[in-house]
Amino acid sequence: MKCFKVLSLVLSVLLVLALGSVAFSQEKGKIEIFSWWTAGGEAEGLQALFDIYSSLYPDVEIINATVAGGAGTNAKAVLKTRMLGGDPPDTFQVHAGKELIDTWVKTGFMEPLTDLFHSEGWVEVMPEGILDIVSYEGDYWSVPVNIHRANVLWYNKQIFADNGFAAPQTFDEFFEIADKLQEQGIIPFVLGTKDGWEAAHIFETVLIAKLGAEGYNGLWTGETKWSDPGVTEALETFKKMVTYLNPDHAAFTWDEAYEYIIDGQGAMSIMGDWVAGYFFSKEYTDFGWAPVPETAGVFDALSDSFGLPKGSKNRDNVINFLKVLGSKEGQEAFNLKKGSIPARTDINKDLFDDYQKSVMEDWEKDVIVPSVMHGAAAAEGWVTEFKDVIALFVARPDVEVTQRALVQVAERAGVAQ
Amino acid sequence: MKKTREEKILTFLFILPSVVLIAVFVYGFIGWTGWVSLTNWKDVVPDFTFVGFRNYTDLFQNLRFQISFKNILVFTVLFLVASIAVGLLLAILLDRKVRFENVFRSIYLFPMAISFIVTGVVWRWMLNPGTAITGSLGINMLLDEIGLGFLKSGWYTDPNVGIKAVVIPAVWQMSGYVMAMYLAGIRSIPQELSEAAQVDGASNWQVYRYIILPLLQPITLGAVIILTHISLKIFDLVVAMTGAGVGFSCDVPALFMYDTTFRGNFFAQGAAIATILLIFVAMLIIPYLRHGLKGGS
Repeated sequence: MKCFKVLSLVLSVLLVLALGSVAFSQEKGKIEIFSWWTAGGEAEGLQALFDIYSSLYPDVEIINATVAGGAGTNAKAVLKTRMLGGDPPDTFQVHAGKELIDTWVKTGFMEPLTDLFHSEGWVEVMPEGILDIVSYEGDYWSVPVNIHRANVLWYNKQIFADNGFAAPQTFDEFFEIADKLQEQGIIPFVLGTKDGWEAAHIFETVLIAKLGAEGYNGLWTGETKWSDPGVTEALETFKKMVTYLNPDHAAFTWDEAYEYIIDGQGAMSIMGDWVAGYFFSKEYTDFGWAPVPETAGVFDALSDSFGLPKGSKNRDNVINFLKVLGSKEGQEAFNLKKGSIPARTDINKDLFDDYQKSVMEDWEKDVIVPSVMHGAAAAEGWVTEFKDVIALFVARPDVEVTQRALVQVAERAGVAQ
Repeated sequence: MKKTREEKILTFLFILPSVVLIAVFVYGFIGWTGWVSLTNWKDVVPDFTFVGFRNYTDLFQNLRFQISFKNILVFTVLFLVASIAVGLLLAILLDRKVRFENVFRSIYLFPMAISFIVTGVVWRWMLNPGTAITGSLGINMLLDEIGLGFLKSGWYTDPNVGIKAVVIPAVWQMSGYVMAMYLAGIRSIPQELSEAAQVDGASNWQVYRYIILPLLQPITLGAVIILTHISLKIFDLVVAMTGAGVGFSCDVPALFMYDTTFRGNFFAQGAAIATILLIFVAMLIIPYLRHGLKGGS
């Protein structure tokens, strides 16, 4: 038996080697693009980019390496294994900000792209807010393909019109509307929490509402203490919001839960504007939007970007792909599908729908703050523990205990309290 | 028969590759994980500063770990008891020489052939309780239809049920396997024993209680070992079905390990969780192996 085992092992090793060498011999003319864009609008946006790339470089074979699920959680796990194992994908999706800088740049896994930024003129057409978060020690490290806004309140326009509601400006109004909806048997506040990060996403926007842009930014640098009464107030507000949720929120991912809004069974939700892309892909257009209550004038931003890891096997192909990503056509084609807005400001706004136009306007005039749940504001270790604390809060809404836990998590992340 | 010198060398050479491979890829990596769990590695770049048992003490103070640890104990006990009970019952029923035994046996065994991922996704939908607006869904709807509405539950979406709801698909999947083990065990018991008892006037119940069950003890032990190690390592089913659940009510250590290692970059803490799981499985397997080796010699 043992002998048989060894034999099969030897055979399988040989097989793997053979496969490896086949892959090796065809290496020329390939590019492996790694992302977590598998659903609806995002997958279509990625395909739009591939189409442009293929028309420019028809001989290069695109390998679309996607890993689904969990706002990129699963993809990031695969990515880390590959990077640490010395087998980086040619280029990969990464949230601009701390996730890019702390995880991959400071640790020396990336190549700087500063020359590309200058030769392609991106430094002139991309706003400072976004250039800042992809730079570290004077170099640029990844090409932002889009901007998302995280602090958006989505609602079913039909339900709001039937009741004569206007989008709530404050949380008092929010709760007033929610009470009335509940009486009618409509789910006031829709959410799916299966993947564990969704609650923290909402809490992040409530923090912005209660602390303001400056106070919120201070949380990640230590200028605002987590013991601040503003945080307490945010927790109290969030605690109340949770009571209006669909009781089966744990059964759904965010997009599954949004069927309630499309069907008219649920009224409101808070999520980033990838929701717009999702609604487009479901051919649902009767949705309304507003900034999360008490966050008007603040733009909670995150950006997906692609970089060039050291040891990329098809470096030239990657550079060409990054050029497509940063190009006007590339950014337009991608964002039209995904529902986000281009990182460039010189694009043709008329191509975009009303929602995206309104975001572009806000992007130019609002105060921009980095999203924490989506990798821009804090290192990944902190984000993970932060989202765990908030996920627990949904089930055990003890404000005092939770605030203490948030203080501890910040201390562990090296921010003195 | 005495082995010649050449034969001994040959035997040794034959097993050498597998010994080397297992030493490196199993025990080597176990040792490596143990070592990592004692270091300060909490970034994508390794940091091998020795910190002693700090990762372990931190872990036992970590609320999420406490919850997930408690969950896995609850899960293991329920899963074990239910799988063995259902498996044994099915085996006894099939042993009554029912018609189409082959068909039933296949039906009961089928779930085992399915990946836990598939099971998890399907049961996530079936155990979705629905809301007041959608009305009951899945299993709850079925319970309503057949007039057992009082049994309805929020299943895994209810923090008080949580992991216990995950036991249902796990039992559904594994009890057929236990049945197969028991059925083979029952069939291997010589017929004379129960016939002799029946001649002495024993009832069916007495035959099972005093003859068959005691003789099935080794099978039960085997089933306990196999099921427990599956249970302690459970990951795929939970990921596909519930994720960590409301307030981590469905969380298990393996899921926490994945999250903290690959999402939070706390590699040393992840290694510590792996080591704790290993210790628990070892506490179970090692006595069993020693018992087995003694029995063999």
